[in-house]
Amino acid sequence: MMLPARHLLAIEGLHQTAIAGLLDLAESYLLLNRSGKTQRDLLKGRTLINLFFEDSTRTRTSFELAGKRLGADVINMSVSTSSVNKGETLLDTAATLNAMNCDLLVVRHGQSGAPALLAQKVDAAVINAGDGTHEHPTQALLDALTIRRAKGRIEGLTVAICGDVAHSRVARSNLHCLTALNARVRLIGPPTLMPAEVARLGAEVFHDMAEGLKGADVVMMLRLQRERMSGGQVPSAREFFRFYGLDAQKLGLAAPDAIVMHPGPMNRGVEIDSAVADDPARSVIAEQVEMGVAVRMAVLDILARQQPRLA
Amino acid sequence: MTDLLITGARLLDPATRLDAQGGLLVRDGRIAALGPGLAGPEGIPRLDAAGLCLAPGLVDLRASLGEPGAEHRETIASAAEAAAAGGITTLCVLPDSDPPLDDPALIGFIARRGEATGSVTLLPWGAATAGCAGGEIAEYGLLREAGAIGFTDGQRAIASARTMRLALSYARAFGAMVAQHPEEPSLAAGGAATEGELATRLGLPGIPAAAESILVARDIALARLTGGHVHFAHVSTAEALELIRRAKDEGLHVTCDTAPPYFDLNETAIGEYRTYAKLSPPLRTEADRLAVVAALRDGTVDAIASDHQPRDTDDKRLPFAQAAAGGAGLSTLLAVTLARVHAGDIGLLDALALLTERPARLIGAPAGRLAPGLPADLVLFDPERAWKIEAGKLPGKAQNTPFDGRAVEGRVIATFKAGRRVF
Repeated sequence: MMLPARHLLAIEGLHQTAIAGLLDLAESYLLLNRSGKTQRDLLKGRTLINLFFEDSTRTRTSFELAGKRLGADVINMSVSTSSVNKGETLLDTAATLNAMNCDLLVVRHGQSGAPALLAQKVDAAVINAGDGTHEHPTQALLDALTIRRAKGRIEGLTVAICGDVAHSRVARSNLHCLTALNARVRLIGPPTLMPAEVARLGAEVFHDMAEGLKGADVVMMLRLQRERMSGGQVPSAREFFRFYGLDAQKLGLAAPDAIVMHPGPMNRGVEIDSAVADDPARSVIAEQVEMGVAVRMAVLDILARQQPRLA
Repeated sequence: MTDLLITGARLLDPATRLDAQGGLLVRDGRIAALGPGLAGPEGIPRLDAAGLCLAPGLVDLRASLGEPGAEHRETIASAAEAAAAGGITTLCVLPDSDPPLDDPALIGFIARRGEATGSVTLLPWGAATAGCAGGEIAEYGLLREAGAIGFTDGQRAIASARTMRLALSYARAFGAMVAQHPEEPSLAAGGAATEGELATRLGLPGIPAAAESILVARDIALARLTGGHVHFAHVSTAEALELIRRAKDEGLHVTCDTAPPYFDLNETAIGEYRTYAKLSPPLRTEADRLAVVAALRDGTVDAIASDHQPRDTDDKRLPFAQAAAGGAGLSTLLAVTLARVHAGDIGLLDALALLTERPARLIGAPAGRLAPGLPADLVLFDPERAWKIEAGKLPGKAQNTPFDGRAVEGRVIATFKAGRRVF
């Protein structure tokens, strides 16, 4: 299989067959990981740099593990946000990375489009690990794989994505990914946390959570960015939890076998009740983490294969 | 002194609706005579302009120059070079420079710096408020005496309704207009693109189109209250234009301009995070672009301004939301306007009127017309000649054109300032 570009900057624009191919490859890595075997020759001698302009433990560790399992030399660069609000630093960083002959560059940045800007300037294949409120493609892929394994399919499912959609790159990537795979996507949240004209991206929008959860096969909760509270987009955490938080009672409105997902880290008691998050019969939150490593191995594998310099 | 006879040109004077083959005679830097079959005296320099259009030099109602304060982006000399290449002979300079033009001495300084270029008359706007900071109103009387054409805070909206009321009211005493950057600041704060589907896809903070119409509606009400003259800069939305249209019908003293990006481009130009297309106000939807075109045609818009904002690569090579807004527009003003003529949206004389006679009338400047006695500020252009706008190859220092890669038809062949060829 092939991806249409030498970078993975977004899910938007990826064809259904490319996504399905990535998921198939990820699934084979999942089985490999579970068997305890490794494939350390695939990226041997290649350099993977994790360039994180925003704090993240989960995603960075996941990429690190994925790279190491494929035999890459992995370097973590955390750049403190205070010193990098200037783009010249971003482009300076690109020049530095080129000089280091980096092969695979994983980038997280607080600004939408920053990985795309870097991709224009570096020789490495760039993987977007989350940019501003734009996209987080590997999160959507790992969510899709989690759903596919739990439900046996994606096509025809109803997926409800709930919470702070406006500020969520996870929601955008999932929306593009799931609609490409022919799932029905519902977005649930207060109007102040819903991006403008998001229905035109192929989603159905609900402001009443009970209505939106009705019959859903998958309930995907989003992290409420607490700093948004100060922007006055929701008046308080308790009001948010009352109307848009997921508890056992609200979950009862979804399909009887609905699964619960969360990209982490969770705000327990703000968007999700612990009783739901920790319910092994419904929550697949731990599986999401496991799928994350497998999906990232698949992405690194494909991009390394497609990179002319590495071929 | 400068004498010149231009022959065989297509003479275009929007003020008199003249559109005829003929000649134009310059004596002592002024237009001495013009018309079909003009022979002119022997022994003076002649220019054969067969196949070319001769029009009044362009009057650009709004441009920011890097000088003073941001000479790394642009100097007055480099801006003058770009203006001459664009056929602009009169340029109205926005006051939100560093220092801002809120002192009579600075107004005089800008005007003198323009004279020193020899190619372009610089007419300064005065600051509407001290320091363009939105607080106390500036010294309109003294600034007007020094030559300020009107008052504005440039790229900054006059946010307070009370301040705007005072400004409109006080400016009446000196017969001056107050120009507003119509963008409600609390709705626009932090925004990088027009709110809507595209901004949602790109994950960019949006500015709703209503941020413009809200301030336009408020300031029309204040114009009604005060009897003052409000001018709206770079109007870009259908809703705001409709409000302005109705205010004009009502007889209020309301005028407006727009700029080429708003009738030539729509928001899709920012696709792939192209920061050169990041402007303030942001590029709008196609429906809004069409409304701007309609407003050019029906006379709602009083002038087309370059809205020139010089930026360098350090300002622009940033993630989109962090990049500076603003586009270079001096050298492309005529060509991009002519694209609407070629598309059949507006007649040639009407388009030229928006670039010459109408803005000149708005500011009371003796320019923008082909009339005997006026300084021979002229532009000679080939309306059909095709060329491609390319960032990096434009005249002048500022290269941040939102039209990068656009093919246009219509090229300035020569520009004359007081009869002297400056391009």
